[in-house]
Amino acid sequence: MKKYLIGIDIGSTCAKTAVMDRQKNIIYKFQQPTGWSSIDTAQNILGDINRLGIDTGEAVIVATGYGRISVPYADKCVTEITCHAAGARYIYGVEKAVVIDIGGQDTKIICIENGVVADFLMNDKCSAGTGRFLEIMANTLSVSPEDLCEMARNGSDTSISSMCTVFAESEVISLIGRGEKRENIAFAVMDSIASKVASQAEHLIPREAPTVCITGGLCEFTYLRELLADKLHCSVVSSAGGRYAGAAGAALYGEKLI
Amino acid sequence: MTDYHEMWKELGMDIESHDTLCEVLPNAIGDVFLSQENRPKAMDFWDMVISEVHGIRPHELIEEQKKGRKVFGTFCVYVPDEVVIAADGIVTGLCGGSQFWVPAGEAVLPKSTCPLIKASVGARLGRTCPFFRIADMYVGETTCDGKKKAYEILGEDVPMHIMDVPQMKREKDIIRWKEEIAEFAEKVEEFTGNEITAEKLGESIRIINEKRKALARVFECRKSECLPISGRDALLMMQISFFDDPVRCAEMCNRLADELEERISNGVSVVPAGTKRILLTGTPLAVPNWKLHNIIETSGAAVVCEEMCTGTRYFENLVDESKTTLDEQFMALSERYMKTNCACFTPNTGRIDDIQRMVKEYKVDGVIDCNLKFCCLYDTEKYSVSRALKNEGVPVLSLETDYTDTDAEQLRTRIGAFVEMLNA
Repeated sequence: MKKYLIGIDIGSTCAKTAVMDRQKNIIYKFQQPTGWSSIDTAQNILGDINRLGIDTGEAVIVATGYGRISVPYADKCVTEITCHAAGARYIYGVEKAVVIDIGGQDTKIICIENGVVADFLMNDKCSAGTGRFLEIMANTLSVSPEDLCEMARNGSDTSISSMCTVFAESEVISLIGRGEKRENIAFAVMDSIASKVASQAEHLIPREAPTVCITGGLCEFTYLRELLADKLHCSVVSSAGGRYAGAAGAALYGEKLI
Repeated sequence: MTDYHEMWKELGMDIESHDTLCEVLPNAIGDVFLSQENRPKAMDFWDMVISEVHGIRPHELIEEQKKGRKVFGTFCVYVPDEVVIAADGIVTGLCGGSQFWVPAGEAVLPKSTCPLIKASVGARLGRTCPFFRIADMYVGETTCDGKKKAYEILGEDVPMHIMDVPQMKREKDIIRWKEEIAEFAEKVEEFTGNEITAEKLGESIRIINEKRKALARVFECRKSECLPISGRDALLMMQISFFDDPVRCAEMCNRLADELEERISNGVSVVPAGTKRILLTGTPLAVPNWKLHNIIETSGAAVVCEEMCTGTRYFENLVDESKTTLDEQFMALSERYMKTNCACFTPNTGRIDDIQRMVKEYKVDGVIDCNLKFCCLYDTEKYSVSRALKNEGVPVLSLETDYTDTDAEQLRTRIGAFVEMLNA
């Protein structure tokens, strides 16, 4: 008898795990940096699961994310698109919505209809408009990504023209050299991310009464949510649990395997 | 395996560099083709050809050249093979499909050129493909700006004839293409020293029609719910058909079709019932570009049709065989070729009609529209293709890729998610 549904989402920067009981309540969730080896991370997660007193024999384990193939003890690997959609449906209680997942190295736009994926888009190799972009810019400005996002609230009237992370970074350095206020540079960075994500999302957002929800590592960045709502001309919802959408969706997928 | 080093040396090839290419091919063939289960027996022929792709056919071509025959290398399904064959010439496809040739192409071309053009130029200038060495004359065409300019560079190294493909499909364009074909015929006569008569052209029209019918028979089998051949195997057959002798090609394809028809009547399928059926559309897949087929078919779906130059565009529509004068025959050729729908034309709504028709004929669950990076024509057309299909409720995944393997995992995620979506 399986007692647990476990979803493991090994992303490019962060690995998230969600443990559900059979009533689909999340009873444990935890995260750790993915580090340089997905295989080691997967082993650490297994240790963590065992330490919670969970016998993996009593669990269905589904892996997702870039590192999904590195989880040898998973019963199945499912792509992050399917899992984020299922997770967003679970967290936000939506049957029809557009999910924007801003991850460490990519951004996914997923259109949900009748509770399942109807269409999706992913950015290409370019890291503009992703968490990685924000991290690099925050580093350049010597602040944390969270602080950069809040700092942007008090900035204005500055922009970064380049869509490429490397070129954008040199633009930021030029702005610093020119003596531009840090708030304004922060604004330019956040505005650039929001613009890039919004232009991608626009392809899939329905005209009438869209519900847009954010999942992934940047879901707690309130100012980003506000910028997106502004650019997409609709309300955008977010929640702290959004970070675990992929893991929750993977856990839920396990139900199909029983 | 025969050792072809002597032949390659005589062709003036860069042997050392070419050896590194030869080293990787067996692994790729093993991974993509030989690892499949329950393949049609008739695939033996193409397995053999591909295992010595730079040996068997090049050797045959050289033997024919010794008898005085000329080899014409082509890059586009708009170039009429019939004309060359009527003058006792031989046609071979020349498109490069490997990343291996790209750096040598980038030495002279902008990086922002499509990989097919870069690989083709690289294969010639890097002297690492026997077909590019053997061809006595290259026949280029004006289907995109990248190719037009690349042909100027290639033309400095090898005799080159350019056919001016119209950009629209009005009556006057069809007449203009007929004139281009007539001019090409003169060029071929001059180059081969052989006269093209109505009788000879009539015969070559029949030969190429037979080849088209044979390829179409194999594709007809792919329409069956009981799928008797994988997309990978069908693609290999298709790719080799550009290089092979047309009569033998028809014979082998018919032999394969016989087996596939028997498989269908015996209920032999290469995939479990319910496997999602994918139509792939977009830019061509030149040898040895098997990347997309391999990812799709190892992600739990099957490719049942390619609306591509290396697919339906190559064999759909026959040339009218009833014409008896050269003038009428050139017109019949023009009419057939101008039915092929390429993104270089405007408007090109015929391609969307074709895709919609094939979605029904091949019982397709989802369409993957993929263009080679920097192909602005097919990239732009994705918008109308995807809109038309979505309006009909057909799921579409748009992709862009090149010849490198570095995006394989990203493609695998997108394709995997698409297949999961179709299965949901």
